[in-house]
Amino acid sequence: MNLQIEDKGAAVLMEVQEERLDAHNSGDLKNQMLKLFEDGKTNLVVDLQAVRFVDSSGLGALVSGFKNASSRNGSLKLAGLQLQVKSMFELTRLHRVFEIFTDSSEALASFQQ
Amino acid sequence: MITDRIAVDIKVPNQTRYLCLIGHIGENIARTLRHFGGDREKLAYDLNLVLTEAMANAIQHANEGDPTKEVHIEISIAEQRLIIKVFDFGQGFDVDQYIEPRPPLDEHGRGVYIIHTIMDKISYLPTDNGHVLEMVKNLQN
Repeated sequence: MNLQIEDKGAAVLMEVQEERLDAHNSGDLKNQMLKLFEDGKTNLVVDLQAVRFVDSSGLGALVSGFKNASSRNGSLKLAGLQLQVKSMFELTRLHRVFEIFTDSSEALASFQQ
Repeated sequence: MITDRIAVDIKVPNQTRYLCLIGHIGENIARTLRHFGGDREKLAYDLNLVLTEAMANAIQHANEGDPTKEVHIEISIAEQRLIIKVFDFGQGFDVDQYIEPRPPLDEHGRGVYIIHTIMDKISYLPTDNGHVLEMVKNLQN
């Protein structure tokens, strides 16, 4: 999976640079998040700006990251959701679970408050 | 009235790398329909999603991830009715168990629920050598 990871201090920014987040590549995202948690990172921003399509397994990987961050007293926040990706969160009611920001700079700023 | 008549029959290896191919076929069908008065981009996303979810279920659950097996997909449109059939060649799985929405923090099991919300009718039936997930959507407004 094409994923850019950058430690921004208050949180780690993960930019998913794929058109699709589906059952073919969601395992990679989940593993990369686990690696960050094992390295002691607890606050993540996942930027989905480039993602045009997400399926249930992509959502599952994000839920896994959310639960892992929460269990370590951290947080996983989302940024840059395209309209149809956002409707997937609404369809599955996950928009009530995640904090969703317009872009990654807003999401990162929320960790600095 | 002239209506769209399309039939697509495709077989791919039981591997997730082909999800993108199948999903894109669904999207392109939605964009190609001559007689559809609804939100075409929503239909394109929905067909991509339904095909991706149904095929991922067949690969991971019914065919148990065996890369030597195949997934067979039929898409047909006639008389403003879209029918998608996904054939697997494995032990199958209990579809009814997944029709209700999952608790928000579950990591798995949303695929069938998503298909159920998009399509008008779904059924999962045994065939001679596996199962078929049949999904129907009425394209009339």
